[in-house]
Amino acid sequence: MPNILVVEDSPTMRQLISFAMKRIAGSKVIEATDGVDALKKLSSEKIDLILCDINMPVMDGLKLVSLVRGSPGYKDIPIIMITAEGAEEDRKRALAIGANAYLPKPIQTQELIKLVNGYISK
Amino acid sequence: MERETSIGKKADEFLQMFRKGEEFTQELLKENERLRFKLAQLEDAVERSGDEAKVRLYEERIKVTEDELNSLKERFRQVEEENKDFAAKYVEVEDENNNLANLYVASYQLHSTLDFNEVLRIVLEIVINLIGAEKFAVLLMEEKTNELIPVGAEGLAISDVPKVRFGEGIIGTAAREGESYFSENIHNNKGSNSMENPIVCIPLKIKEHVIGVIAIYSLLIQKKKFSNVDYELFNLLAGHAATAIFSSRLYTQSERKLTTIQSFLDMLKEKPRR
Repeated sequence: MPNILVVEDSPTMRQLISFAMKRIAGSKVIEATDGVDALKKLSSEKIDLILCDINMPVMDGLKLVSLVRGSPGYKDIPIIMITAEGAEEDRKRALAIGANAYLPKPIQTQELIKLVNGYISK
Repeated sequence: MERETSIGKKADEFLQMFRKGEEFTQELLKENERLRFKLAQLEDAVERSGDEAKVRLYEERIKVTEDELNSLKERFRQVEEENKDFAAKYVEVEDENNNLANLYVASYQLHSTLDFNEVLRIVLEIVINLIGAEKFAVLLMEEKTNELIPVGAEGLAISDVPKVRFGEGIIGTAAREGESYFSENIHNNKGSNSMENPIVCIPLKIKEHVIGVIAIYSLLIQKKKFSNVDYELFNLLAGHAATAIFSSRLYTQSERKLTTIQSFLDMLKEKPRR
């Protein structure tokens, strides 16, 4: 039963992504509104995959990814970035920091589910 | 002498009989040989006819098996076709599900609050995240001045968005006609630098009454074209965003009026005490 952490400040996107993730059999969705909130959830729940926005208040997605990758307990959790920044350099930057995949908005739900299923089955 | 003649005659007769017996024996031997040959021929024919019957039987069996194989192949092909149809229908249903989920979330969020600023923020979020617009503005109708006033913008400063007179230009015309406008430049993702010439203009309508307009000037770099769900979202925004904006505005105004009246009543109540 995979636990998926959705980190997104926009309630609309958070609900939409959670909605899609709940369609993955047996998955449990945990929501966080920013990077700091995500770190709190990481310490209290066992997380199998993180879906993370880049532009967020308090702590952005890139900072969160670098902190997660630097932490021995969480460094192997797959992270998929979901962002409105669709330029190639943004994608490269996110992957260089340690994100496993990069999905530009507006997201295609089927594509997202397929991607998440790929990481969960590993 | 007579006796000798008689013995000679008998010997001749015996010799003749013996010769006839020899001839008969010869004939019997020949007949036997002929019959043996015939028997051998018949045996061979019987054996051969048995093989042919077996061959015919096997041939018939092969034919039946081949017919069954062809029938199974045909059935397999039909099942494969059906599978393809089911797979295509599954993808179609999944797409439809996803589209409905998008529309449900958008509608749910729009009607989740009566705070005008929050409703406006949700409209902006939907246009960025679900439609994929980069630069756009929301303009609302000001009945007193007959103008469309910018109240929210994304990707550009709200001060850069000019007021628009109702019925004038692309934005004003879309508001007057109540019909969405889509520029020919949408699919080459060029965008527009002119605030008077958006690439998309969606009137916000409550029934036929237009209360405002969403003007989109450019799309996100990765957004190459609009899909069916985008047009559904535009329709949803046209109706639901308009209702949500109108309701929240009324609620905010009534809250303000209520506070004013309450303050006035409090003042009246306080006066006699003095």
